[in-house]
Amino acid sequence: MRYLGLRFLQSCLLLMGVSVLSFLFVEAAPGNFLDEVRLNPQISSQTLARLREQYGMDQPLAARYVHWLHSVARGELGFSFAYNSPVAPLLLSRARITLLLTGSAMLISWLIALPWGIVTAEKRTGWFDSGSSFVTALLLATPDVTLALGLLLFAIRTNRLPAGGMMSLAAENQSQWLQIKDIAIHLLGPLLVLVLVSLPTLVRHIRAAMIDALESPCVRAARAHGIARSRILLRHALPMASNPLISLFGLYLGSLLSASLLVEVVMSWPGLGPFLLEAILARDVYVIIGTVMFASLFLVGGMLLGDVFLFIADPRIRTERLA
Amino acid sequence: MRVGKKATTLLLLVAALHISALFAGFIAPYDFAKQDRDLIYAAPSRLHFVDSTGRWHWRPSVCLLADHSEIFGRYEEDPQKCLPVKLLVRGSPYKVFGMFSSSRHLFGVEPPTKIALLGSDGYGRDVFSRLVYGSQLSLFSGLLAMALSLLFGALLGIAAGYYGGWLDALVMRCLDLFLALPWLYLLFAIRAFLPLHISPGRVFVLLIAVIGLVGWARPARLIRGVVLSGKERGYVLAARGFGASNFYLMRRHLLPQTYSVLLTQAALLIPQYILAEVTLSFLGLGVGEPAPSWGNMLSTIQQYDVMISYWWMWAPGFVLIPVFFIYQLLGSALQARADYSV
Repeated sequence: MRYLGLRFLQSCLLLMGVSVLSFLFVEAAPGNFLDEVRLNPQISSQTLARLREQYGMDQPLAARYVHWLHSVARGELGFSFAYNSPVAPLLLSRARITLLLTGSAMLISWLIALPWGIVTAEKRTGWFDSGSSFVTALLLATPDVTLALGLLLFAIRTNRLPAGGMMSLAAENQSQWLQIKDIAIHLLGPLLVLVLVSLPTLVRHIRAAMIDALESPCVRAARAHGIARSRILLRHALPMASNPLISLFGLYLGSLLSASLLVEVVMSWPGLGPFLLEAILARDVYVIIGTVMFASLFLVGGMLLGDVFLFIADPRIRTERLA
Repeated sequence: MRVGKKATTLLLLVAALHISALFAGFIAPYDFAKQDRDLIYAAPSRLHFVDSTGRWHWRPSVCLLADHSEIFGRYEEDPQKCLPVKLLVRGSPYKVFGMFSSSRHLFGVEPPTKIALLGSDGYGRDVFSRLVYGSQLSLFSGLLAMALSLLFGALLGIAAGYYGGWLDALVMRCLDLFLALPWLYLLFAIRAFLPLHISPGRVFVLLIAVIGLVGWARPARLIRGVVLSGKERGYVLAARGFGASNFYLMRRHLLPQTYSVLLTQAALLIPQYILAEVTLSFLGLGVGEPAPSWGNMLSTIQQYDVMISYWWMWAPGFVLIPVFFIYQLLGSALQARADYSV
């Protein structure tokens, strides 16, 4: 327990570090939100000065940082200039949409990759493995931009899939069931891209871990005992291979908020990706800091969860750390 | 250091790719910014091996394009005005390495006929030429950013692993910090705080600096691991016993041990960094017009009509696939080699 406590404390410190770092970047940056406003001739310099004061832009960095920490403590994560509201609710509503996409993509890709990786590890030689390694290599070499654009073209050309967005206009005042169905159809495109992007890495890791396990002496012994192959695979080799996979799972959990950025922008899925891009173009600093913080919160949390799972799954780690 | 036959071949291939990018002006038949408003979105030129009399020629010829009489925006070939494609022709002047000027091009046809291997874009610029020039920005931003992040990674990793103590603790904490940041987001965020419209050259330098500064953490951790075990090796201890200085030990005994990790990391990082540049430019945060990069060229197919009507505009998206494939093969060849030798 002490180990996990330490890890937790470390993660909190890490997040503090991230926030300080993002503030330093803000300070180093030229220009601010009001630069655009200043171009408007109808806004007087008095108004601008008042806005500066109101947004606290005239205060030193440390004061702004403390102010921001207060607002984090209140659960607001700063104030968005462009939306004129606290950042947290905006961020949460966008993050929910992103999580719907990335969560289901992660679930599906793990469900496909696990059996795929296990089967290719079991049949290391032969046409299936060489075919699958060719497919994974090809997928790995295909950039996500090209995949997303290609799928968009497919959607436009065939009309089988909606071309971007999350809901059709007509679905707005229909029954709940139809709305869910509509969202599911819109989800399909970006989902497919994300699954195709994450699948090759996953399959390769699973295959490598399984091969390591299958080549260990104890598996050979089990085989010599005449234990059925499927039982060896699932009951002997898979638990042995699970450690790196659990760490990998943690990493994937962590990247839930940051993996789909570009795909969301290309396929106009209204998640965090377009939100961040808009904020960047408008120089809405607290939204940017909030998004980065939120994404790194997930990343750190994912790694922490991965460690917790490892702690639960592997007695060696438990005893080693406790001793 | 030996890297094996397969890896050597792939390394040569990568080197050839980069060298041809350096000689973009020579390989591209036209300047990347040369516009021709009469030939907007013209399809790739057809190479004719058979002339109008039905005779076969080894030297292909290209015909002059003229507006289609009935369909707007469509072009048809003028069979009377076909000219052969020639090698090493004189054309628009360019500079190699920014200093040697020349006007010889690898191939071309005499004006007014134009050869557009990959068609032309919305300003009538030759897509093939832009692709070749774009490879300069895209490939070299990957290469230089990799060099920068490996430099930082190696320096900090070796220092941290060798000296240990407070330096190690400090570097490791910084490293955790950078690993905890979702790096594409960080890239976006840093880019966000820079002026949106700056010259392509400065964007290029900035991109490299940003990517390199963000990316040092992962190689640093690996190198620190290598150094931690490497400094306990017999010959290192012996050299220390003979009174070798710290700097000598790090440079002559520890650095060579990290070469295979460095090389493997390089092969893994470069495609990531190329993709980072492409992504940023695609979203309009990287290199801006008229300078071509694969990312900003690709961004034009976000327009509906371009996406569905002009297939040649997809070229930058597809040229990435073989490039990444080579790097990936190189990475796994090097990795297999490293696993084998350890």
